[in-house]
Amino acid sequence: MNKGVFDMAATITIEPKLHKHPTAMEIKRETILQTEDLSIYYGDNQAVKHANLDIEKNAITALIGPSGCGKSTFLRSINRMNDLIPVSWNEGKIMYEGVDILSKNINTIALRKEIGMVFQKPNPFPKSVYNNIAHALRFYGIRKKKQLDEIVEESLRKAALWDEIKDRLHDSALSLSGGQQQRLCIARTLAMEPNVLLLDEPSSALDPISNAKIEELILQLKEDYSIVIVTHNMQQASRISDKTAFFLNGSVIEYGETEKIFTNPDQEKTEDYISGRFG
Amino acid sequence: MENKAALSAGERLIKSKRNRSLGELRGKILVTLCALIMITATVSVTIFLTVKGLQSFLVNHVSPIEFLTSTNWNPLADDPSYGALPFIFGSLAVTFLSALIAAPLGIGGAIFMTEIAPSWGRKVLQPVIELLVGIPSVVYGFIGLTILVPFIREHGTGTGFSILAGTIVLSIMILPTITTIATDAMGALPSSLREGSLALGATRWQTIRKVLLPAALPSLLTAVVLGMARAFGEALAVQMVIGNVRSLPASLLDPSATLTTIITLNMGHTTYGSVENNTLWSMGLILLIISFVFILIVRYLSSRRKI
Repeated sequence: MNKGVFDMAATITIEPKLHKHPTAMEIKRETILQTEDLSIYYGDNQAVKHANLDIEKNAITALIGPSGCGKSTFLRSINRMNDLIPVSWNEGKIMYEGVDILSKNINTIALRKEIGMVFQKPNPFPKSVYNNIAHALRFYGIRKKKQLDEIVEESLRKAALWDEIKDRLHDSALSLSGGQQQRLCIARTLAMEPNVLLLDEPSSALDPISNAKIEELILQLKEDYSIVIVTHNMQQASRISDKTAFFLNGSVIEYGETEKIFTNPDQEKTEDYISGRFG
Repeated sequence: MENKAALSAGERLIKSKRNRSLGELRGKILVTLCALIMITATVSVTIFLTVKGLQSFLVNHVSPIEFLTSTNWNPLADDPSYGALPFIFGSLAVTFLSALIAAPLGIGGAIFMTEIAPSWGRKVLQPVIELLVGIPSVVYGFIGLTILVPFIREHGTGTGFSILAGTIVLSIMILPTITTIATDAMGALPSSLREGSLALGATRWQTIRKVLLPAALPSLLTAVVLGMARAFGEALAVQMVIGNVRSLPASLLDPSATLTTIITLNMGHTTYGSVENNTLWSMGLILLIISFVFILIVRYLSSRRKI
């Protein structure tokens, strides 16, 4: 960015918790998740340091930062996937509709149904397309063929996949292309009717055309879901997200409206990262 | 380095006698020889067994139909009969029954080690399995003879020598095979499958039963078939507890015999070239053919597309 912006940013950096300050550009939305002083550890290693983020409802929040900065760890803590890593533990809170979802008495099974997650590498089950979606539905007691059919179609439509594969519902999901597999994984998550969608670099393993389709899809899904997306792709973050959080070494350096972060960031480090000076 | 500079590209790169490594050729000959010896051994055993096994039918004119379907085994009678069906049946019965016991146990143990308690489960179960492999079959037979046979005698009917005793001994013997291969199969599943299912709100048990087990099914079946192949070929331990009688068993508590036990029992006191000796070779041939079938099943299962 230009020199003037750089200077302006330098004058404001005195304030340590800038990301808590709303700016004039900020549009007020309802929040769905608030992290309060969230720290996540792997053994002695602190992967996320005192993060305070308000995730907004029906918005796309992008988490950016160099590899190993803690953004994926942060994302995985929101639906307690970090529980699968035996050495991980955390401090602080993640408030979701008034409940601290990090507390011991949370039913993680029910939580993951409400806060769905899609992974970097498409991971369809080695079953048919249909059963990939029907799989989890059956666990929740939905067994009627007609109802399953309806939800499968609806989910595939929402994931913009129905027209492409409506004739191949009973083919193996592994026979789909990478981009189709990833949209199937999104459809599978949507079938659970979650409130929040966590996307961990959902298109980084895909070709540009599939990537564009996924981005288009994410923008559509914003209408009905609150989305948090981890991405290494700066253009992707600026294209699709409403808010952006910049992570560095486990700390949230800056959090704000995407437009502001990408054109006029308050922090020097953010500016450096976005303009490609490191990371 | 100086050498390299002095030589032209042609001298350095084009194949010539001068730069061909002798060690390379020597190594190639060495491993080719090893492969040839293995192939020769397998092929000659197969040919020998086929020739010897067919002799009873071709030279001694024992009817193959009678051999495969008659239940009357009496080679020493004036009018000798050579019905091997009870032994074929016995072999298949103990094999399938022991797989029926060992498969759930082994696969359950594998799930415990990979999914439920990967850290300490493996630490405890792994040495146990290795120990089970290390125990010689005669010891299994001896324990079966000393503990199992009297136990069955007291709590059931008959002498205690029975298909049941043979099945139990065999199922413990094939447990390590099944558990080891099943553990490898479960461990080789990508963790993305596990995460994908859990992230949808499936419980751990639902994930295991509906996602992981189906995905690993071909490998798990391979584990069971390899276990069955081992049970099918085991002779000594079974012979010690099964009772070795020449009739079809009517119940699990009845004594029986298998192809392997009849061969080991009779090979010593029959003359080489006699009809009875030749029929023992025919039983060996049947063992070989059924083992080949097991191998074909394994190959089919492992090549099967995983949907």
